[in-house]
Amino acid sequence: MVKIVEKRQLTPITKLYRVYAPLIAKAARAGQFVIVRVREGGERIPLTITDYDRDSGLLTIVVQEVGATTRRLGELQQGEEILDMVGPLGEAPDIPSGGHIVGVGGGYGSAALLCLMRELKDRGENTTIIMGAREKDLLILSDELNEICDHVEICTDDGSAGFKGFVTERLQQMIDGGPPGPPDYVIAIGPMAMMRAVEKTTRAAGIANAASLDPLMIDGTGMCGGCRVTVGGETRFACVDGPFFDAHEVDFDEAVSRSKMYVKQEQKAAACQRSAAGAA
Amino acid sequence: MPVKRADKTPMPVREANLRAHDFEEVNEGYCFAHAMFEAERCLRCQDPVCIDGCPVRVPIADFMHAVAAGDMPKAAELLRTANPLAAICGRVCPQEAQCEANCHMTKRFGPVAIGHLERYVSDWEMEQPINDEVAKPWRDEKIAIVGSGPSGLVCAGELARMGYTVTVFEALHAPGGVLRYGIPEFRLPNSILDWEIQSLERLGVEFVNNVIIGKTLKLEQLFGEMGYKAIFIGTGAGLPKFMGIPGESLNGVYSANEFLTRINLMQAFDFPRSETPLSVGKRVAVIGSGNTAMDAVRSALRLGAEHAMVVYRRSENEMTARIEEYEHAIEEGVEFHWLTNPIEVLGEDGWVTGLKCLRMELGEPDESGRARPVPIEGSEFIFPVDNVVLSIGTRPNPLLHKATPELKTHSWGGLLVDERQVETTVHRVYAGGDAVTGAATVILAAGAGKRAAEAIHADLSVDREKSATN
Ligand SMILES: Cc1cc2nc3c(=O)[nH]c(=O)nc-3n(C[C@H](O)[C@H](O)[C@H](O)COP(=O)(O)OP(=O)(O)OC[C@H]3O[C@@H](n4cnc5c(N)ncnc54)[C@H](O)[C@@H]3O)c2cc1C
Ligand SMILES: Cc1cc2nc3c(=O)[nH]c(=O)nc-3n(C[C@H](O)[C@H](O)[C@H](O)COP(=O)(O)OP(=O)(O)OC[C@H]3O[C@@H](n4cnc5c(N)ncnc54)[C@H](O)[C@@H]3O)c2cc1C
Ligand code: SF4
Ligand code: SF4
Ligand code: FES
Repeated sequence: MVKIVEKRQLTPITKLYRVYAPLIAKAARAGQFVIVRVREGGERIPLTITDYDRDSGLLTIVVQEVGATTRRLGELQQGEEILDMVGPLGEAPDIPSGGHIVGVGGGYGSAALLCLMRELKDRGENTTIIMGAREKDLLILSDELNEICDHVEICTDDGSAGFKGFVTERLQQMIDGGPPGPPDYVIAIGPMAMMRAVEKTTRAAGIANAASLDPLMIDGTGMCGGCRVTVGGETRFACVDGPFFDAHEVDFDEAVSRSKMYVKQEQKAAACQRSAAGAA
Repeated sequence: MPVKRADKTPMPVREANLRAHDFEEVNEGYCFAHAMFEAERCLRCQDPVCIDGCPVRVPIADFMHAVAAGDMPKAAELLRTANPLAAICGRVCPQEAQCEANCHMTKRFGPVAIGHLERYVSDWEMEQPINDEVAKPWRDEKIAIVGSGPSGLVCAGELARMGYTVTVFEALHAPGGVLRYGIPEFRLPNSILDWEIQSLERLGVEFVNNVIIGKTLKLEQLFGEMGYKAIFIGTGAGLPKFMGIPGESLNGVYSANEFLTRINLMQAFDFPRSETPLSVGKRVAVIGSGNTAMDAVRSALRLGAEHAMVVYRRSENEMTARIEEYEHAIEEGVEFHWLTNPIEVLGEDGWVTGLKCLRMELGEPDESGRARPVPIEGSEFIFPVDNVVLSIGTRPNPLLHKATPELKTHSWGGLLVDERQVETTVHRVYAGGDAVTGAATVILAAGAGKRAAEAIHADLSVDREKSATN
């Protein structure tokens, strides 16, 4: 059981939790994740470690509600407990030093970039984050990111804040020499469609690009093989070999297709959850 | 007097077409009369060779004597002392290749049903009132167990009995290892495993789930700041192998580990009440022929597959599953395609539609001594299927030794151990079970856990004396 010490609503569907998980906080490195289970009979779902504090034993996670389990998690309040949490899982990415490092985040991705960008900053790198959302109110943690990145570039689909358009368009501008200058290394975290579009952009420009893949997972220890992705023609397990891979080598078609494996069942689980809530 | 001229008393089972649709236990267990009759069949041989077939040397003849005399407490005591997981092993040991293979009765009338009787006596034991006082360790030394499969459970129990403070760390949210996530409830009900774990808790063993040693905690932290004096690694061989044939990443293709974990650990059979989904279509092909394959294919049947098929490149003679599971699978309607080698998974729109195979024939023996299957030219054909479950073996998981480079392994990943078969290349770190041997059996893992507990006790006793004389 992991106690929720603080809860913050970032957007109508995104919540930030600070939880007391001293062993995980102590071992965590930027880019790693945890797996949580919210109730008996519930699914195990992976969530990125947004931040950690070794001294206080607190771990920060940011959850975007997309289905049954993330919604159930979203209902938990400060002082309540998360049933199971295991981690830190996966490997911290190995990002080369020097040059201009650009993080591209969509959805929960901007939060997932937080401690990674800070670590790069602490290492003395020149960092930029490009964060995207449909509209201004869906942007998350931009203040925090502002503090730790040299440049924060905001993109909204409707132009309600920052650049009007997709993160990839903004990225392209930078590649073409627009401020704050062309990237030497790009890290993408967000929806599969976004990471794939970012990869297309960086490939054309010949820029190194890491993507944090988020396939379906169960154990997170290499035991089930459910998280397998094809990278450079080889089968890799995202939970132990990843989650970061060379985006130029990732078979995104396959990854997208595999992430939709249970769409029908997920709708059923969500409907079941709603009817249970209605009955209560 | 022993009843010599009778066949092995059959195990009562639930009717095949009923049980093939639920996850309740298939075997119903002997009644008292069955048990008495069967125990009387034992000749109580002067040379009880049955014992040589048992990896933990259960004193079978004495045990049979106690059962036949109706002295269940004594039978249970004899059994438990040799095999702390008797209720489980009675159910899942491959008796036909071990104790029962050696029995003097085997050739003429069929072996004494050693497994069935072990199950009977342990089930009796589980019904006895328990003293729920928790034992207090009386030694100062703390010992950490990594992994809660049979090797870890047995090692923990033996050490707790010797008075040590024992903590079991488990990566998953529930203890038991393969007994929990792999073997389905129709063979080994969770209630049995839970009972075993509760008895360990009463011995004072502490279980800590959701901790991965090598990730959450490192070995040096266990020794250092946490003060453990010895560590036992029983992390199993859970890493699934894939075949490397085209189409393995299509939707609807599972490793047996994933398929069974979704069902057993995550209770996908109760979807959507339990929230982990599983896709089981009308036609399911399971590739392989071991216990895992049988468990997967029979689970598929129970989840609604109309054609649940085993596809294996060798013949029935080379099958490695327990014979009882094979027979039960046939009764339940599982289809077997021997000498059939899958070469490609076919798909459409990202989903499995078929399994392309070659027919094989048996050739000369290979390095394993088994007849080598060779493809019959031009025999290529396609099974239309909705799911493919790969059950072609597993390897030890490299996670812990990747985090601990001093922990040396064989090239295939098994942990290296000393001549006593217990201590690893790291001082006071012991290992046993599938992590050392590669995928094997419950009783071998249990035996290894017991051996390690004895070695840990011996080694720590030496350490203790040394520090006393210093
Ligand atoms: C390494 C890793 C790190 C992650 N970090 C975070 C994080 O920090 N914050 C966060 O909110 N989410 C994160 N995710 C995604 C999160 O695990 C999923 O959103 C969650 O499993 C969905 O569960 P659900 O039951 O709520 O939704 P479901 O009912 O399972 O799914 C609803 C819909 O969401 C989509 N979906 C399902 N699973 C995933 C997935 N794994 N990735 C992307 N989309 C999915 C599908 O399109 C599906 O139709 C991460 C995933 C991985 C693998
Ligand atoms: C489906 C299936 C059916 C089987 N049927 C039979 C049968 O009928 N009869 C038989 O005799 N044998 C059978 N076997 C084989 C038998 O189950 C195994 O040989 C036995 O369970 C091995 O025990 P173990 O203690 O080595 O490890 P396991 O049972 O594999 O348990 C290892 C445990 O360690 C945990 N772990 C791993 N790494 C870490 C870490 N770093 N930190 C913390 N925890 C960790 C794992 O999560 C797991 O719970 C079957 C196996 C399978 C998969
Ligand atoms: S533990 Fe297994 S091998 Fe040993 S006697 Fe019992 S059933 Fe036979
Ligand atoms: S060999 Fe068979 S008959 Fe003889 S003691 Fe063992 S179980 Fe009994
Ligand atoms: S989640 Fe099971 S192997 Fe990665």
